Amino acid sequence: MTTAIETSGLTVRFGNFTAVGDVSLTVAAGARHALIGPNGAGKTSLVHALTGAIPASSGTVRIGGEDVTHLSQAARVRHGLARTFQINQLFRGLTVLENVTLAIFERERKTRAFWRLAASDKAVIDEARSHLAFVHLDALAERPVHSLPYGAQRLIEIAIALATKPRVLVLDEPAAGVPAAQSEAIFERIHALPRDLTLLFVEHDMGLVFRFAERITVLVGGQIMTEGTPAEISADDRVRQVYLGRRGHHAAA
Amino acid sequence: MSGVTSSIMRIGIGLPLFLVAVASYFLFPGQLGLIAHLFILAIFALSYDLLQGHAGVVSLGHAVFFGIGAYTTAILGKHGVSDPLVVLVLAFLVSGAVAGLLTRIVVVGNDLTRLLVTLGIGFLFFEAANKANWLTGGADGMPDFEVGRLLGLYSFDFMGKTAFWYTLAVLAVVYLFLLLVTSSPFGVALRGIRENVRRMHAIGAPVNRHLAVTYIMSGAIAGVAGALLAQTSRFASLDMLGFERSAEVMMMATLGGTGSIPGVVLGAATFGYLKDMLSVISPKYWHLGIGIVLMLSVFVLRSGIAGALAGLARRMERRT
Amino acid sequence: MAGIVSVIVDGIAYGMLLFLFSIGLSVTLGLMRFINLAHGAFAMFGGYVAVTLMNGYGVPFLLLLPVAFLATGLFGAVAEKLVIRHVYPMPELQQVLFSIGLAFAAGAVANIIFGPQQQPMLLPGWLSQRISVLGLDITGYRIFLIGAGLVAAAALIALFNYTLYGARVRAAVDSRRTAEGMGINVSLLFSLTFGLGAAFAGLGGALAVGFLGLDPTFPLKYLVIVLMVVAIGGPGSIAGSFAAAIFIGVIDALFKYFVPEIGGFVIYAVLVVMMVFFPKGLAGGRTA
Repeated sequence: MTTAIETSGLTVRFGNFTAVGDVSLTVAAGARHALIGPNGAGKTSLVHALTGAIPASSGTVRIGGEDVTHLSQAARVRHGLARTFQINQLFRGLTVLENVTLAIFERERKTRAFWRLAASDKAVIDEARSHLAFVHLDALAERPVHSLPYGAQRLIEIAIALATKPRVLVLDEPAAGVPAAQSEAIFERIHALPRDLTLLFVEHDMGLVFRFAERITVLVGGQIMTEGTPAEISADDRVRQVYLGRRGHHAAA
Repeated sequence: MSGVTSSIMRIGIGLPLFLVAVASYFLFPGQLGLIAHLFILAIFALSYDLLQGHAGVVSLGHAVFFGIGAYTTAILGKHGVSDPLVVLVLAFLVSGAVAGLLTRIVVVGNDLTRLLVTLGIGFLFFEAANKANWLTGGADGMPDFEVGRLLGLYSFDFMGKTAFWYTLAVLAVVYLFLLLVTSSPFGVALRGIRENVRRMHAIGAPVNRHLAVTYIMSGAIAGVAGALLAQTSRFASLDMLGFERSAEVMMMATLGGTGSIPGVVLGAATFGYLKDMLSVISPKYWHLGIGIVLMLSVFVLRSGIAGALAGLARRMERRT
Repeated sequence: MAGIVSVIVDGIAYGMLLFLFSIGLSVTLGLMRFINLAHGAFAMFGGYVAVTLMNGYGVPFLLLLPVAFLATGLFGAVAEKLVIRHVYPMPELQQVLFSIGLAFAAGAVANIIFGPQQQPMLLPGWLSQRISVLGLDITGYRIFLIGAGLVAAAALIALFNYTLYGARVRAAVDSRRTAEGMGINVSLLFSLTFGLGAAFAGLGGALAVGFLGLDPTFPLKYLVIVLMVVAIGGPGSIAGSFAAAIFIGVIDALFKYFVPEIGGFVIYAVLVVMMVFFPKGLAGGRTA
């Protein structure tokens, strides 16, 4: 089993505060790997360090065996690592289609061309439409993003990430801020992603985690508390305590 | 809608503007010099709008390139290089080259740093030109350098006929060029940078490279505008490099509606016309006036003329 | 030798004035995130108040200073409450446009009321004398300026580090929402702080008339150098602004003395170099 992405001793410090402490995480190729933990556990900081949005204080990150620790976020994208954001980071003033075509233009390095019309590149536009079709948004292609409901915008996040043709996709709380009915739809699409794409997702909703994850890493206080299959994790008392309190009366939902 | 069709639609807004411009030759034969000046301001404002309206980079020293274009023209003229088109191309290249040298420090850093660096560069060039009066004539400027015949045929006449068609032609070329650039994949990337630079990094975009290219293009076109001014007025002066001119180009672009190419042209023309009319009456009150207008502009009519007209068009559409 | 020391003393005095001009902008930028390119207008205001009172009404010099301080502070606080606070939430471009407009308008108003010429100010006799300090002859006014600057810096550091007001400001700089959640009246804090910054600028302006001169181009003339002090010293840092101001003042004086042909604009080259290597300023983070 090959490793799609792994960290070794990854540490992120902000002044005196250690957000991520010596995290060594291995994600297998094609995995459906979830990262869970209570608020403030350092999940988002880990994602930022993994993707290169913030520099790590120490440790390494490897994608497909290659050391990318000193590469910028943009460079890591070119190595096949894409992410979605917990709070939508879209090009709100552009149309839905433009949001996706831009990602494709950048991938193909076509953004150097200031002498050609963007609208005349059929190949790029067709590919963008296929990504939008995957998230069932192709009918809304010409609408400006800011006019779409939040749930649809969350799906555009995913479409943009897919347009970079990643090998590894990191999803930071893909259903965050979305009502339960729509979060089903989002995870259904995530479930439909091809198996050769490695998924690492941060999620709070335990129901979704237990349904869609094949492996779970639990992060507490910036460090890995435990790892295992959903069955192992749900049976783990320490996890229950961290999430549910000592009496464990609440259902894992 | 195919790409060609939508591009024709975008030119479509420029066509009536172009026709009005051509008509003004016949309607205001005594004002050709002023109108040529307005065309030049429009080119300058468009160059700034590419940087700030499309890529979102605020520069407080853009007049540097305008001035470099003007002084390049004057210095070349003093040394016998006077064919207008040759000089124009050279001014384009020199301004672009200087912009290229400066990209490293302009593109780096946060917004406050960039404001400060662009402001500092503006003052630096101004002071340098001031002191180097062996080259630039210092505070007196450079008058009476040689400007040859356009295409070997048309001299720059007193009535401004040659100047009129010359500057209008260059404006049309710049206008179409910017339409092309903003409709290109590069243009989409610039809008992406303006909309959400974080997202741009996350899709692997070389943001700094894009900004550098934009800065160079923008500087080169500003140099063209400066060269045109020097050629048509046969004068190069320090104020062409100064902070006031940098502030003015920001005002013109904002007044017109940043990001809107026809809007910026209208804004520049309006501003230039008002300045010509009012500042002669009283420079003090002109400064007070533009100061007040600027302050109001952040509260009222924030999208400039273009925004107001677009809003009007939308309201009329709803009624019909 | 004496020449250089005298130049350095001049530079330090200049630096003190720069500190007074800039401290308001530094705190405003750090606290309200408002880029006020027109901050020099407050210094100009203080200068013209002082000149009007002295030349028009014969008010003695020492009294001019607190009056200029208070008048400018009041003017600043009122302007903040009525107009300027509405610009805080606007994006950077709008803040820049607004403050450029304000700078132009302020200069124009000064020009209309007072005319474009330099304003004369007669310094009292006891300040114009040359005093011997450590074997050097220094004009009393230079010493006065340096003293005033040190007192102002000490007062500000004491204010921000040892008073409740200062603690509140530092809290609000750190996190506005948390501060509001703790019951701090942040908008009142902003008005007071803005007014305080304006007051110091006004004091600096009044002091500057006898050293740098005063005319309607004041706000734009010192814009770059004031921004440099803030950027190099780090927005929101009093100690940083003080150090940066003295540093810039001395460098400027030295270059003007040794290389007068290019001295004037070396300071801009220094700016560019510093911004390339220290984009976040010498002080780094936000401390008072």
